[in-house]
Amino acid sequence: MNPGEESLTARALARSIDEICSRHPGALRFMEVCGTHTMAIHAAGLKKLLPKNLQLVSGPGCPVCVTEKGFIDRAILTGEKHRACIVTFGDLVRVPGSSGSLATFRAEGGRVRVVYSPADAIGVAAEEAPRPVVFLGVGFETTAPTIAVTLKMALSKGIENLFVLPAFKTIHQPLKILAAKEDLHGFLLPGHVSAIIGSDSYGYLVDEFQKPGVVAGFEPLDILLALRDLVQMAAAHQPKIVNDYKRVVRGQGNSAARSIVDEVFEPTDALWRGLGNIPGSGLALRGTYAKFDATVQLPVEAAPAKDDPRCLCAAILTGGKTPDKCGLFGKECTPEEPVGPCMVSSEGTCAAYYKYGAG
Amino acid sequence: MCLAIPMQLIEITGEGLGKVNSGGVKTDVNIMMIPHARIGDYLIIHAGFGIEVLDKEEAEIRLDLFKELAAATAQEEEA
Repeated sequence: MNPGEESLTARALARSIDEICSRHPGALRFMEVCGTHTMAIHAAGLKKLLPKNLQLVSGPGCPVCVTEKGFIDRAILTGEKHRACIVTFGDLVRVPGSSGSLATFRAEGGRVRVVYSPADAIGVAAEEAPRPVVFLGVGFETTAPTIAVTLKMALSKGIENLFVLPAFKTIHQPLKILAAKEDLHGFLLPGHVSAIIGSDSYGYLVDEFQKPGVVAGFEPLDILLALRDLVQMAAAHQPKIVNDYKRVVRGQGNSAARSIVDEVFEPTDALWRGLGNIPGSGLALRGTYAKFDATVQLPVEAAPAKDDPRCLCAAILTGGKTPDKCGLFGKECTPEEPVGPCMVSSEGTCAAYYKYGAG
Repeated sequence: MCLAIPMQLIEITGEGLGKVNSGGVKTDVNIMMIPHARIGDYLIIHAGFGIEVLDKEEAEIRLDLFKELAAATAQEEEA
């Protein structure tokens, strides 16, 4: 498609959305669950195309943002106490802990290495041996299998100095909590998480909560199409789960990826910024793989962490507030000097508002 | 963090390993969780791992839908 055709298609979809919304009394409020969608919506300026009574709010699908401050503290303490090399995705490095970030830990002589792929941690472990190497296990269903495969490789290669500090999250349990909110009328469902778990797995949104959900791709037109389908279903009170990203997402998801995850991990409770402890919403290393668990093999004692009470990340991650309502936004909290993780992550809502504006 | 992009599989290099190409940039990826991937397929790559194979037929269906919408809008706007 050429840019002219793209623009025409965008106008056609925006017009359909506008027509449905103009006939609908009151506001329609949808949550884009995934942080990559948040960024894509703002980068393309899609909110400018939408009618006033259609509101989009961000959800908890930014793994760095939902990770509790105490996790950063534990990572730094593990590095200090066990002289461990911390290996992480780049997004986590500048997230503030209680006293400094991994960036300040590195500046003070700590060892922190950033990788693009969890598989790179295997090479890092070989280079750093005998020093313990701790991979920070942050991510959703998309990322968990990549770490599961990495640990299977580490096991078969007999690597002894690689560990994972787990803070994995799974999306269904928080989604059930959010679906119960009366002021949310539907969900733009994550594309790449759904590639693993399958679009059929969201049936409870309709059966238990009578709310529609649309699995969406990440191109601006993909998102507009998904929003049109959401608006249509919500306005007609005919909730369904629709898969608008069929080129990547299958109804049953990727069963090979899920069986690797099931071999390495088992469900556990997890702490979410903004949502607290949610039973069964995390992943713990199971059986043979427990020997890679840094919380067990390299224990530390971390004091409970407290967030800056002025930071609205928790409310922003649950669709309660938008960043422009935060007194710190753009003043004390900027991408260079972040207070909360939503301003640090490349898919954080505050980062999206800061870079591209509210609209 | 769940960012993923399509890249074309050009070679199987080992058990569960492949080489992909995107605009002339070639890189090694792990394909252990997509055993159904074949050379020539476009893979969805996340953090160095193939997480799914792009369904070309579905991609074309989507493109056709968008093109139809564009053509209809162009006609309407001219009228």
